[in-house]
Amino acid sequence: MRVSRRHFLVTAAAFGASALLAACGGGEATPTPAPQATPTTAPAGQQPAASPTQGAAPAASPTVVSTQPTKTLRFGCAVSLSGPLAAGADVTIVASYKLWQRDVNEAGGFQLSDGRYMIDIIWADDQSNPEECIRQTQRLITQEKVDFLIPPYSTGINHAVAPIYHQNGYPQAAVATWVTAEDAQRFPYFFSFLGNPDVYAVDGIVGLLKYLNEQGKIGKRIAMPYVDAEFALDFVKPLRPALKDAGFDVVYDQGYPQDVSDLQSVVTEIMRLEPDAVVGITYPNDTMLYVPPMKVLGFNPPVLFLANGPNYYFFYGTYGDDAEGVMGLGGIDVRNQQIVDLYKRFAEFNGQEADRWGGHVYYMVGQVIQQAFERVGKVDRKAIGEEIKNGTFDTVMGPVKLTNNVFLGHWLIGQWQRQPDGKLEYVAIMPRDRAAAEPLVPKPNWKS
Amino acid sequence: MASLLDALVTGLVYGGVYALLALGLTLQYGVARILNLAYGDFLIAAAVFATLLYQHYQLSPLVSLVLVAPISFLVHLLVYHLVFVQLERRSGSWRAMEASSILLAFGLSFVVSGAMLAIFGGKLFSYSYLLVPVHILGSVVPANRLLAFVLALVFGGIAYLLLVRTRIGTAIRAIAVDPDGAPLAGIDVRRWAGITFAFGGIICAAGGVLISMFQTFNVPMGVSFTLKALVVVIMGGVGNAVGALVAGLILGVTESFVARYVSPGLTLAAVYGLFVLAVLTMRTGILGRALR
Repeated sequence: MRVSRRHFLVTAAAFGASALLAACGGGEATPTPAPQATPTTAPAGQQPAASPTQGAAPAASPTVVSTQPTKTLRFGCAVSLSGPLAAGADVTIVASYKLWQRDVNEAGGFQLSDGRYMIDIIWADDQSNPEECIRQTQRLITQEKVDFLIPPYSTGINHAVAPIYHQNGYPQAAVATWVTAEDAQRFPYFFSFLGNPDVYAVDGIVGLLKYLNEQGKIGKRIAMPYVDAEFALDFVKPLRPALKDAGFDVVYDQGYPQDVSDLQSVVTEIMRLEPDAVVGITYPNDTMLYVPPMKVLGFNPPVLFLANGPNYYFFYGTYGDDAEGVMGLGGIDVRNQQIVDLYKRFAEFNGQEADRWGGHVYYMVGQVIQQAFERVGKVDRKAIGEEIKNGTFDTVMGPVKLTNNVFLGHWLIGQWQRQPDGKLEYVAIMPRDRAAAEPLVPKPNWKS
Repeated sequence: MASLLDALVTGLVYGGVYALLALGLTLQYGVARILNLAYGDFLIAAAVFATLLYQHYQLSPLVSLVLVAPISFLVHLLVYHLVFVQLERRSGSWRAMEASSILLAFGLSFVVSGAMLAIFGGKLFSYSYLLVPVHILGSVVPANRLLAFVLALVFGGIAYLLLVRTRIGTAIRAIAVDPDGAPLAGIDVRRWAGITFAFGGIICAAGGVLISMFQTFNVPMGVSFTLKALVVVIMGGVGNAVGALVAGLILGVTESFVARYVSPGLTLAAVYGLFVLAVLTMRTGILGRALR
């Protein structure tokens, strides 16, 4: 073992270096669809036509284009196709906009003032890294010269690229982020279609607990474990005082690290405190760690709310009937046939079920963008941004209008409930005036 | 008192996963002398395999475990002979090859995870199996975690007995000590180091199948499994099967106690604190001398 120390140092250094590489730039081996621009613009003669900002150009190559030329609008999207955020980005942004692109193109594309335009999306991989996303977004703008951008996934990355969008005059119609009043002032066309954490925390969570408490279905003892991550901390901040003001007693208020691998200790402690409701402010990975120890220990609180996780269909896929009664953010109105059809088409097109919080939202944003483009009639990004900011749009969710750059008309809380066809669906139970069903409380017991 | 015992038992059982993770890597790194940075990616591959078989054919992961072990053995044997032996030929000696093998393993990690990323993208895999309560000493733990613990003990025991009590084990340890000198004693280095590497591959695959039963995962998570395993390997002493086992269990118990009596937010800090302490004070891992 004489060499052990040097040996260890060399390997440790090499490993550190490679881990660093993996974290920031090791994407060479990962498959990115980015390099070859797009299939539709491949014929050389059609290149100019692809960019309507440069004026009419199909005449430049009459030999290539025999029939009526297809004009194309080029959308660019630098998003996490690899890295830790890829899981979330894949099932939301990538899958939703691919479906939207197909639907728009099948219906004949965008109707602008000088004709119809097909939609082309150029995908780039930001490797779950804000700096890489900035680089890729710049590349999309300066080299690919895209006509419009689809914003990336996650709060952190969206805020990182906001200045780039702003400087180059591209509206940022984002979903996976929060936009504060301050953000909206700095970046006038930075939009969030997801809502804001205060509304989810106060109107959603505390509203639900109050509603249940008034009906005598639950008491006042709340356990609030949360994951130490930006998203959860944004939530806990308004939630804590709101719970207190409403007279609830927070008996458990502890964070745990994001890459935790089991939660049996946390669940054991919560179980000992006998809360009326477990309100976990979670991410998808740790959400999945609650059910096993709860089932094994036989702990079934009257209300089990886990913020971000139950909205994904794999929650139901993993736990089957045990998912019944579990609540989380989002939810869908099963009485709205347009929404139900959208989810059906999504599953057929992508071969996987959509997220029950954001699935319809991304599609709705696509509809907003299309209507804004068509009302403006040309690629005038400032005018389009202005239209998104002030206009009212007809979408799968009904009329959509922003308030201070944020869309607030969401379903806030969903719960897996039994449907007439025997399957479970994640139905909206909050806010009460737009809810699709009554909350199912107490939660049914775990199945064997 | 009851809750102390409960924290200990659950900590031990949950630590079994760490131990199992580390066992395969310690064999590959400590004995076959290849720091296999693709370890986590191969583990994910096995986990994906088991998940798909379960979801599409309702095949029990326990059957996949039996299926995937020989496959993984062959794959690792192939990788060893097609990739690492070639590198050794070019480098001229095993020692010279060690540093460059790390880079090669790093590249291999990208090939494996990149290939899976191309097929599956970043989507999350998850299913639930053997989620039944088992009572031990007044504590309740899920059967799937207990199985991981038991397998860690079994594989750890086999590895220890093979290495310390058999002739072949002695030869393999000789390779670990001096791969360039071992041929002088008539030891076929390529053959036995390759088999050890592949045996580590079996444990890696078993770990993957077991983890798929209780943990949600996706392809990009391979790196984090490699890292966790490496921490345990270094704590236990590189190449020391029993050390890896003990280190894994200690980590589990630490996490369990800190989460229950201090704060769940400090579990990671405690684990890495322990790691730093172990590296600084015990150069050859918690069990003193490593096997080689």
